Amino acid sequence: MAGDAVFRQEFPIKGGDFAKAGAVACRIKDLLKELGIDTRVVRRAAIASYEAEMNVIMYAWEGRVKLAVSPGTIRITVDDKGPGIPDIDLAMTEGYSTATPEMRELGFGAGMGLPNIKKNSDTFRIDSDVGQGTRLEIIIHTDGHQP
Amino acid sequence: MITLKDVMTWVNGELLTPEAPLELECPKVFASDLMSDVLTSAEPGSFLLTGLANSHVISTCSVADVAAVVFVQGKRPDAAVVEQARGKGLPLVATKLPMFEACSRISALFGEKTHGR
Repeated sequence: MAGDAVFRQEFPIKGGDFAKAGAVACRIKDLLKELGIDTRVVRRAAIASYEAEMNVIMYAWEGRVKLAVSPGTIRITVDDKGPGIPDIDLAMTEGYSTATPEMRELGFGAGMGLPNIKKNSDTFRIDSDVGQGTRLEIIIHTDGHQP
Repeated sequence: MITLKDVMTWVNGELLTPEAPLELECPKVFASDLMSDVLTSAEPGSFLLTGLANSHVISTCSVADVAAVVFVQGKRPDAAVVEQARGKGLPLVATKLPMFEACSRISALFGEKTHGR
């Protein structure tokens, strides 16, 4: 439960802010390391956060990442205001992408982001309202549980 | 054990981060220009060979626990990107070799070390 969290922090993300891409994920990684969480678990949380952060930067207007750590559980929620995703099943398909050539030149937009977030999560939920935004919930157990 | 110094020698590489530990172990290598693939498939501790030289490479390596980066094909990150890597303790090497040649040479290095010559 989020109410049991012993550590919480929020991070804003601006859509289109490629210069700061990765800043939130790196901060989350540092915080989780400081909390003494296993490095393999920290890596999964950092990768999931980074993919989610890039999605907000590439596709949305703005977003907010909430990190809540409680004994045994890392919960990361990412809410964005943006165009939303009309077909979530299609968006979850590996290789499906609506990225622009510019995004691909940066090394992203291969259609692996959402599937990779799911792969690095123990529980993954996604909801989207077209024209309004998308919400992701990522839960990772800290007991070394592997996907 | 294969080290950062071995890799640099075999690809005629130039170290862009002077304080990097030359004895850093290179247990595995991953080669890609696609950071999405690094995030899905590179194993922690790997060295990355890439022709992409922007700040997203540094962030990706930091997130994915990549241990060092070798920029191929004469690609060089700008000073701000080098500083970002130094701040994260990520060693950077640049080589003029094309990707395939760099991979081939490192593959030969692994072959030589593992067969104990």
